[in-house]
Amino acid sequence: MSDATSGLLTIAVLVALLAAAYVPLGDYMARVLTSTRHLRVERTVYRLTGVDPAAEQGARSYATSVVGFSLVSVVVLMAILLGQAHLPMSRDLPGMPWWMSFNTAVSFVTNTNWQSYAGESTLGFAAQMAGLAVQNFLSAAVGIAVAVALLRGFTKSRSGTLGNFWVDLTRATVRILLPLAFVAALLLVLGGVVQSFTDTTITTLAGHSQVLTGGPVASQESIKELGNNGGGFFNANSAHPFENPTALTNLLQVFLILVLPVALTRTLGTMLGNRRQGLAVLSVMGLLWSVSLAVTTWAEVGGHSAAARAAGAAMEGKETRFGEWASALFAVATTGTSTGAVNASHDSLTPAGGGAVLVNMMLGEVVPGGVGAGLYGILVMAILTVFVAGLMVGRTPELLGKKISARQMTYVALYTLTTPALVLVGTGAAIARGSTADAMGNPGGHGFSEVLYAYTSAANNNGSAFGGITVTSDFFQLTLGLAMLLGRLVPIVLVLLLAGSLAAQGKVPVTAGTLPTHTPLFVGMLVAVLVVMTGLTYFPALALGPIAEALT
Amino acid sequence: MNLLSQAGHQLPDAFRKLDPRHLWRAPVMFLVLLGSVATTVAAVGDPSVFTISIAAWLWLTVLFGNLAEAVAEGRGKAQAASLRATRTDTVARRLAPDGTETEVAATQLKVGDRVVVEAGEVVPGDGDIVEGIASVDESAITGESAPVIREAGGDRSAVTGGTRVLSDRIVVRITAAAGDTFLDKMIALVEGTSRRKTPNEIALSILLASLTLVFLAAVATLAPMATYAGAPQDLVVLVALLVCLIPTTIGALLSAIGIAGMDRLVRVNVLAMSGRAVEAAGDVSTLLLDKTGTITYGNRQASRFVAAPGVSEEELRDTARLASLADQTPEGRSVVELALTQGADDRLLPAGATFVEFTAQTRMSGVDLADGTQVRKGAGSAVAQWLGIDQPPEVRDVVEEVSREGGTPLVIGRTDASGSGAVLGVIHLKDVVKDGMVARFAELRAMGIRTVMITGDNALTAQAIAAEAGVDDFLAEATPEDKMAYIRREQEGGRLVAMTGDGTNDAPALAAADVGVAMNSGTAAAKEAGNMVDLDSDPTKLIDVVEIGKQLLITRGALTTFSIANDVAKYFAIIPAMFVTAYPSLDRLNVMGLSSPESAILSAVVFNALVIVALIPLALRGVRFRAASATSVLRRNILVFGVGGLVVPFVGIKLVDLIVSTLPGLGS
Repeated sequence: MSDATSGLLTIAVLVALLAAAYVPLGDYMARVLTSTRHLRVERTVYRLTGVDPAAEQGARSYATSVVGFSLVSVVVLMAILLGQAHLPMSRDLPGMPWWMSFNTAVSFVTNTNWQSYAGESTLGFAAQMAGLAVQNFLSAAVGIAVAVALLRGFTKSRSGTLGNFWVDLTRATVRILLPLAFVAALLLVLGGVVQSFTDTTITTLAGHSQVLTGGPVASQESIKELGNNGGGFFNANSAHPFENPTALTNLLQVFLILVLPVALTRTLGTMLGNRRQGLAVLSVMGLLWSVSLAVTTWAEVGGHSAAARAAGAAMEGKETRFGEWASALFAVATTGTSTGAVNASHDSLTPAGGGAVLVNMMLGEVVPGGVGAGLYGILVMAILTVFVAGLMVGRTPELLGKKISARQMTYVALYTLTTPALVLVGTGAAIARGSTADAMGNPGGHGFSEVLYAYTSAANNNGSAFGGITVTSDFFQLTLGLAMLLGRLVPIVLVLLLAGSLAAQGKVPVTAGTLPTHTPLFVGMLVAVLVVMTGLTYFPALALGPIAEALT
Repeated sequence: MNLLSQAGHQLPDAFRKLDPRHLWRAPVMFLVLLGSVATTVAAVGDPSVFTISIAAWLWLTVLFGNLAEAVAEGRGKAQAASLRATRTDTVARRLAPDGTETEVAATQLKVGDRVVVEAGEVVPGDGDIVEGIASVDESAITGESAPVIREAGGDRSAVTGGTRVLSDRIVVRITAAAGDTFLDKMIALVEGTSRRKTPNEIALSILLASLTLVFLAAVATLAPMATYAGAPQDLVVLVALLVCLIPTTIGALLSAIGIAGMDRLVRVNVLAMSGRAVEAAGDVSTLLLDKTGTITYGNRQASRFVAAPGVSEEELRDTARLASLADQTPEGRSVVELALTQGADDRLLPAGATFVEFTAQTRMSGVDLADGTQVRKGAGSAVAQWLGIDQPPEVRDVVEEVSREGGTPLVIGRTDASGSGAVLGVIHLKDVVKDGMVARFAELRAMGIRTVMITGDNALTAQAIAAEAGVDDFLAEATPEDKMAYIRREQEGGRLVAMTGDGTNDAPALAAADVGVAMNSGTAAAKEAGNMVDLDSDPTKLIDVVEIGKQLLITRGALTTFSIANDVAKYFAIIPAMFVTAYPSLDRLNVMGLSSPESAILSAVVFNALVIVALIPLALRGVRFRAASATSVLRRNILVFGVGGLVVPFVGIKLVDLIVSTLPGLGS
């Protein structure tokens, strides 16, 4: 079988699997998130934490809960990382340095999983399992909770509340993430992913012996992909044969990365009672994702760079067991969602391919975006689209029966402003420092891309690294940590305030004068707004990095 | 040409508006002003054709924006001046409780004062007539020269300050203090002095401000990035890039669009008390329309003749005409007209004929001819009684059918000299729906607007007319309370309601409606309650108001889209120009083939300024609006302003470059 055939077949199987999961998983999540019944284990959790599951929260209260929960999580995780020497099963590893632990704690709490440390040689099992893995579940659950709160903003009418954050968080964890991650972990073990607490000693080709760290990899791996976290057990992430041994596990991981964000569009359609709206949102995501995949695959397979042409193929930084097709697919999936796991070095992608995955993140993580985060992100962009386009039908703008007036626009404007500002100011500040040039792995445009990629990945909560650049200095640990924290919490607070203001409104009935938002025309408009807004924001920066390189 | 001379007139105003305190209201343009100052300083320090040109064109950009606003305001100012001229130093004749008169200046009148106005005098202030009847010339307010009758009591008792009494003597109780009269409000409105940003304008300004901040971040951070790339950029170039990127087109035209929208309403003689109401008009999804005068002509007209058995159509037609020739009521004239259109000749009434007028006793009218023939038309039972015979059953059937349809049946009977008489047939009189209303309602439906007919008729009649006019719903035997309840019901369902009204009992409903258009002929209470006043008192205009509201919003959205879409081409002009020395490969982005980096940047700035000027007429006129569904309106506007906005600047910047590159030092 040729590379192209197997590559296309992989994509076809992936799409088929996603299509099969779309309806049952999407509807299941809708049921879980709207149900009035509590499981026994959930009631136990509520009793232990003193939460009244029947109490409804307003936007401010919901937002305070999310922010408070996240900040407490950062502190707890920092404590674990700093003090891992005192924890059992830490393989005698010392505690993390101060700034690195701040950066890492923020990274995992914000669903970013940016890793400025080498996984297996820095953290013991206790920190990986009790610290990082716990946040892998909870940060994804927070994303789902915020997305569902925004959906309630649209479904509720003249209401002051958005549901209960603690209930949403608990349910998303207990009924959605835990069971799916459990099944996924079993499948990964079946596929050959390691799940042990012992190391393996092998004899290398040169005759030396090498110790390969083992660990509870499969259980970390399943939620790493499913929750769009991306923080690898090993430094090499999904390129490591213990994390991702075969083409089959690679396909499974890509599926796990995409399944929740994709199925959540069905949840949206079901919860709104407007399935076509869910399909329209999915179409926008699918369209952009397909174009991104096509460009990246074209760039990688065609070897569109000077080095690749000289070598005959763009295989530098890629695993031979995956090849160009599966590496491109993984790269697009991981950057289009907020996962950030990698099975190849993005630094070694061709300029056009590297540029494409960079743009995936710059789009605001909506193709299809992080778990929950992609959904609320695209809904905010949909509001922006109806605001501009809606005026052109001669009515003040509305989306799904809710008027978009100055109040809503303020939240949307600040939302769309936050991430680009963090990326641009971060990159600008870093590049203005003389010492940054020393941290780069490459000179010129490529070095610039490394810095741009780092801040884009952090502020968009992706967590994938372009590599090359060394980000262990206090400056990078702090600024990237802040970019992650602000890039996560500021948009969430704005989304929740937006949801509150929408829920408080009545519903405007649909007439022939209403701008329909489930049509191909609207899909096209939303795609155009996303592309144009992203392009306008980042074009100068991109021109100095990937574009200048790609056109050479 | 007209616009050009207006622009010439307003040029001084455009310069006055360079005041930062004024521009601060439009943050986008304020930033351009800062940029102009910065580049001017830079150009003074490092004078070259390039820096001086950039600085000059940035000043022009601000100026063009000011000009758009000044021209839009100028139109209102002219109108305000003519209104002011009518507000002469009127002297009021104030009536003391004991009946004595004292002369005071109109400006000293207080609410509740009673004043006397006689023929030839100007009404000193707004008020209600409490005594007398007069014909009043309201042309100062409405532009309509035909005088109107105003009388004490009822719904026609309001007079407006500044109008002139033509005949008789009236006593007016003042209802508005000086400075707060309708005329004062009108002057303030057309002048735009009381203009405040409307809700949607505020929301759009927020979007524009956030876009501006994003671009500010992009350009500010580009400075260190460019330095790293080995191509440090001059301040002039960075400012030029920033001005090209921030949404200057819509930023410059936004207030002009709003002012022009109000102005378009003024031109159709509707005064909106707030811009908010104009926006609401675009959102209206339910229109309450009074039947009489809005949907129908208001008087019953002959629509067909139905002959009795054994009587020819021609005979009935000619006899009916004969019976109506001397009848000067609208109904009578409509019978004559209908007969003519159906082929009757236009003979005059034969000599010796005498007209028999309608009386409440006979319930018939008609004519007695010299040869002894008598013709009568009237209610079926009255005619039968007059003839002394029973109505033929066929005729009775027709009479019942016409009544059922909401029409009025007029039976024609004739007796000859011998005294033998017969029923000739029936004239079907009905409320005739105005020409073009059916089509307009269909348009409104396509736009997603429900029309509701309000009538005092019974349900049966109302239903028949509603069906004929094609309205979506009707409210029969409507009381003011019914109207109010209907409005509340619609609003609870999230619909915005527009209505017209003129009577005092309409006031609560006018106040409750999202768009309440009061007729100028109506009472002061009605005018106070509504948020618009129609000077022509033409209820049909409600539909125009809705269209103007929609047009205003469309124009705003279209120019915003155009403004943002324009940026793409500007990037392709400026970015390669900035970095082609550092990264020669970026020359491949210079798809327009602009001659030199300097000319590329200047061309983008020049185009950016010129596009504002080019769009001033559109901003003032408004985007053409056709009644159609949201989808088709959107598709058209996306094509014109979205796709057009992407393509036009590529061509425009190239053309400007062809000229700019001939400047010394800017060519290749």
